[in-house]
Amino acid sequence: MKVSGFWIGIVLMLAAGFVLAGVADNQFLFFAGYVILQGLIMAVAWNVLGGFTGYVNFGSAGFFAIGAYTAIALHQFAELPLLVLIVIAGIVCGLIGLGTGYLTLRLRGVYFAIATLAMAIVFESLITNWDYVGGSAGAYVITPAEVPFFDSFIEMMFILMLVLSLICVAVSRYLSMSRMGRGLASIRDDETAAECMGVPTLRLKLISTTVMGVMMGVAGAPFPFFVTYINPLSAFDLLIAVNAIAMPMIGGTAVWFGPVIGALLLGTIQQIVTVTISSELNILIVGAVLIAFVALAPRGIVGLFQDFARKRREGGK
Amino acid sequence: MANSLSISNVEAGYGSVRVLHDVTINVGGGEIVVLLGSNGNGKSTLIKCITGLVEPDSGEIVFESDGEKINLIGRSPEDIVDLGIAMVPEGRRLFPALTVEENLTLGAYRPAARAKLDENLEFVYGAFPRLLERRDQLAGSMSGGEQQMVAIARSMMSDPKILLVDEPSVGLAPILVSQTIAKIKELQEQRNLTVLMAEQNFNQAIKIADRGYIIVHGQIEFEGADAAALENNDMIKQYYLGA
Repeated sequence: MKVSGFWIGIVLMLAAGFVLAGVADNQFLFFAGYVILQGLIMAVAWNVLGGFTGYVNFGSAGFFAIGAYTAIALHQFAELPLLVLIVIAGIVCGLIGLGTGYLTLRLRGVYFAIATLAMAIVFESLITNWDYVGGSAGAYVITPAEVPFFDSFIEMMFILMLVLSLICVAVSRYLSMSRMGRGLASIRDDETAAECMGVPTLRLKLISTTVMGVMMGVAGAPFPFFVTYINPLSAFDLLIAVNAIAMPMIGGTAVWFGPVIGALLLGTIQQIVTVTISSELNILIVGAVLIAFVALAPRGIVGLFQDFARKRREGGK
Repeated sequence: MANSLSISNVEAGYGSVRVLHDVTINVGGGEIVVLLGSNGNGKSTLIKCITGLVEPDSGEIVFESDGEKINLIGRSPEDIVDLGIAMVPEGRRLFPALTVEENLTLGAYRPAARAKLDENLEFVYGAFPRLLERRDQLAGSMSGGEQQMVAIARSMMSDPKILLVDEPSVGLAPILVSQTIAKIKELQEQRNLTVLMAEQNFNQAIKIADRGYIIVHGQIEFEGADAAALENNDMIKQYYLGA
């Protein structure tokens, strides 16, 4: 029952996206939707390593930028279709995720977090000094004025992002509900004990960094085409990086739908604030909401509901 | 059904700190062997050497199962679990945010154990009916005695031939220590296990021990051929009985 419910939900979301694309004329809706969905993929990606496996890190958003720059580099090299760029960026980021996993996963806790942050900075310097992709001056992408099947380019980008995010959510759900998910949870709870029980901890951690890398890369690859101009500063933007951590934290990191809830909620609030108040207030809002949740609901919205449900169950007895 | 473990001349440590010096221990098929020693003498390190969590610098650790001899040194912990060696870690080390049943299922993570998951789950629920009642409770919210039950039951889920128990008495009230020790004996008989138990609570451990060793500063100082020999040893009197 539950399984079919999930897939019906996926199909409904997809249908809603297409209906919106057909009905709505306001291009801002697609623009805002794209940003929210980009945040959603990054939140889901961060959560695979930071939530399921318990390896909290600050460098995940670096993979987003690597994905974006992989797309730029390939675009400079040959004008490949966007879908091909996304696939290649996903593979490249997955491989880099695997490699950094090998290098950093022997570190635990705060040391791992610092190592991943350092890694993101290293990649930023590399890209800043790489002239082929524009270096610190950045690179422009000219987007087509007309696209097949869709009314506008941004509409197509929105639908693309919707499809990608639904795939990522499905993968993350599968990961968390399978036997592998239980293995990841055992690493999060007590890695040494997991090892004692014969859980192949290194392999599971490498799978988790690789999946995180692929998803981040996939989220990043279309980014240059969405903004049409990219430089290291915008690809390694603090707000994007903070969002990827804040969204799962607010939603709840232990279950697959936590980051989805967090991303939809925080992303929507940010878009509304940008339009109604100012875009500069964005990062302040993220900070304030994050502090509130860390202090009042450390297990996120999902945790709040679980506590509420348990109290009611126990009260009913 | 001879599943024995022979540890010969093992030297091990952490970095430049030597913990085990030339340790030789044999655990025969179907025996309960106790490794006695107070804190910091190397009991846990020896257990970690057997399970692959610590790699010895030299020496041999050989697991013999039905006539086949397998060298354990250099194997990964998951390989060693696959061979049929399970461990109840010191301080229980449950997965506190997971339920009892999830903890137990994680004990059967390896492919061979997974195939017998339902059978073994039924067995451990039979042995620990309290766990069946509390299968959906978070392991971290249980009492110390119940957590110890989960830890032992979890190790049984891998369908072991050899059970390594590291300090089952830690953090438990005396009455619970007796019950835990008696339970280990009961499981050993039911499943024809070979047991190596590290313990500092001499009086409790001796109740079920067939043989034992005393480890002091990483060296085996005494080998007792039976429980009485251990009980009458001067070192035991000196260390444990205050004589």
